[in-house]
Amino acid sequence: MSAVTESAAWRGSARVLGWLGISGRTLVIAVPMLWFLVFFLVPFFVLGRISLAEVIIARPPYTPLFERGPEGELEIIAGLQNYRFLFEDALYRNAYFSSIRIAVISTVFALLIGYPIAYYIARSPEPRRSILLLMVILPFWTSFLLRVYAWMGFLRREGVINNMLMSMGVIDTPLVMLQTDFAVLIGIVYTYLPFMILPLYANLTKLDDAHLEAAADLGASPMVTFFTVTLPLSMPGIIAGSMLVFIPAIGEYVIPALLGGPDTLMIGRVLWDEFFSSRDWPVASAVAIVMLVLVVAPIMWLQSIQNRRELD
Amino acid sequence: MVEPRMTQPAPAKALAADTKPWRDPGAEPFISIRGITKRFGVFTAVDDVSLDIFRGELFCLLGGSGCGKSTLLRMLAGFEVPTEGQVLIDGQDMSGVPPDKRPTNMMFQSYALFPHMTVEKNVAYGLLREGKPKREAYARVAEMLKLVKLEAFARRKPHQLSGGQRQRVALARSLIKQPKLLLLDEPLGALDKKLREETQFELIRIQETLGVTFIVVTHDQDEAMTLATRIGVMDEGKIRQVGEPREIYEEPNSKFVADFIGSVNLFEGQVDTAAPDLMRIRTEEAGPLVTLPRPGLNRNQQVWIALRPERIGLSRARPENTANVVPGVVQEVGYMGHMSNFRVKLESGRVIRVTQSSQLRDEDPISWDEPVFASWSPSAARVLTE
Repeated sequence: MSAVTESAAWRGSARVLGWLGISGRTLVIAVPMLWFLVFFLVPFFVLGRISLAEVIIARPPYTPLFERGPEGELEIIAGLQNYRFLFEDALYRNAYFSSIRIAVISTVFALLIGYPIAYYIARSPEPRRSILLLMVILPFWTSFLLRVYAWMGFLRREGVINNMLMSMGVIDTPLVMLQTDFAVLIGIVYTYLPFMILPLYANLTKLDDAHLEAAADLGASPMVTFFTVTLPLSMPGIIAGSMLVFIPAIGEYVIPALLGGPDTLMIGRVLWDEFFSSRDWPVASAVAIVMLVLVVAPIMWLQSIQNRRELD
Repeated sequence: MVEPRMTQPAPAKALAADTKPWRDPGAEPFISIRGITKRFGVFTAVDDVSLDIFRGELFCLLGGSGCGKSTLLRMLAGFEVPTEGQVLIDGQDMSGVPPDKRPTNMMFQSYALFPHMTVEKNVAYGLLREGKPKREAYARVAEMLKLVKLEAFARRKPHQLSGGQRQRVALARSLIKQPKLLLLDEPLGALDKKLREETQFELIRIQETLGVTFIVVTHDQDEAMTLATRIGVMDEGKIRQVGEPREIYEEPNSKFVADFIGSVNLFEGQVDTAAPDLMRIRTEEAGPLVTLPRPGLNRNQQVWIALRPERIGLSRARPENTANVVPGVVQEVGYMGHMSNFRVKLESGRVIRVTQSSQLRDEDPISWDEPVFASWSPSAARVLTE
């Protein structure tokens, strides 16, 4: 009964769409395109527009791009001065470099830790595999903020790690771990590890045993087999996992704010400070746009590698 | 420089093929499988198999799916560890030797070509693992690609090749190290019928050129018959019979083998009298039948007569001077061009299969519902006891 009414309604709307020259396929693609437009492209252009303005004490706290001059002529006030400022001030340069450095190091560590885990899960027999996967995803069920806080408890001066090492007599003065870059690295690697493991796992489960056997049969030791067969074949998983760790890590704000020290310079914090402490929206927007460019460039490069791999 | 060994036929091989070393009880086997068993939990995949294979042979392991033939092959390659028994290759015990240290290579059923490498690199893989200098390795690769007629495809990736081309890359890759023993798991299984027939002879040519010992696993009896020097018929983890293709077909040792290879009519019966030159067997389905004597049979012993469909003659008139004549009615005729298949219902109700070749053009062929006489000579049938 409902099928009848549904199909009648469907046929009716299909006729209207057809009359408008819109096919079902266009309609399906339109949903993500609309999302992309409203929640990504429009904000991006708003940011871009603000980044070209000057800061003023007003509401909104930036100048318009055009102004009527005294004789009614159009005057352009927009300019790249904020970008120039970013390049001239060492603070921003250092913050970008430091962010990239921390993001790269965390990505490398996440890969080094995540690869064996993903490999082990992928090669496990079925019931165990599901349990292990669940264990990887399980931390997501508790608040990210709480988990980062928990790390503070571990890394503190009188924290779990220091107490344990002291009581075992390994050290006699507590190690300074909290409020260092080291703590930030731990926080980032810990938080984003599942994003490394899951794409790697998805890739490594597809690994054909016959390829490994063929390599062994042709005289490759297990180690050589790994480097000549397994690793190259899992490259798409490595690239996907690395992007998923690198991109959020570079703009990370919460982890350096909670675990980092005063000299942990990351662009996320600089951005926060510009927006909310200095209330300099134009500079903050310029910071955000430059960061976007910095992130997009390696992604496009990796994408092109992947496309080339798929083509030949 | 390319080692000359690769293109020259090994003299030992030519000798081996001529002399059929398996017929010589004193001959030294090249591969010796001794009492090998493989269990997976409670399931016994390979059950106490012993087998000797000689240098230069092209040995086929033939059986249905799940008969243990692939497991046996994988034990030879070192991918599976035998639960019991041992394998000797060229006198060396292979127990505990990992696959990468064995003098064997394998051609996988799925080919298992490395998708991220070109044809050339796939083939060179084994040589480079040996530590061969690159130039030397690639010279050998070029030679090998020529042998399998793929010179033009050296720089392609596997997914840019057809099924037949991939099969030849897999073969080249498994042969490049000149293994003492090449294991082939359903090497022609993924090819279509016509290509398969061409490739069978290609495989024999390459095997004879290189003089490598081949063990081929297949479920296709035609393939086994065409390729093999000898066939081992496997069933439920056991080898049921080992022999040359002709022996397996003409002298099966059991109902299973007779039925598995080609098609056969089986008549159950009891030994009646055994004259020195002829034996009489009572059957319920076809009356008394005459066969050649088989030593070691007692009176009234339960036997089966295995009769190939092409050994039976069909005629409208009762043939004279033929030992076995059974009347019946043609039930079905399947005309296939080069031959015709008949199903003839005997008076007992039993339906037998008869094949007649189209050697002479018959203007008035035997057709449906015609009463006919099926006849065969005493030497046409084989008497089986199991």
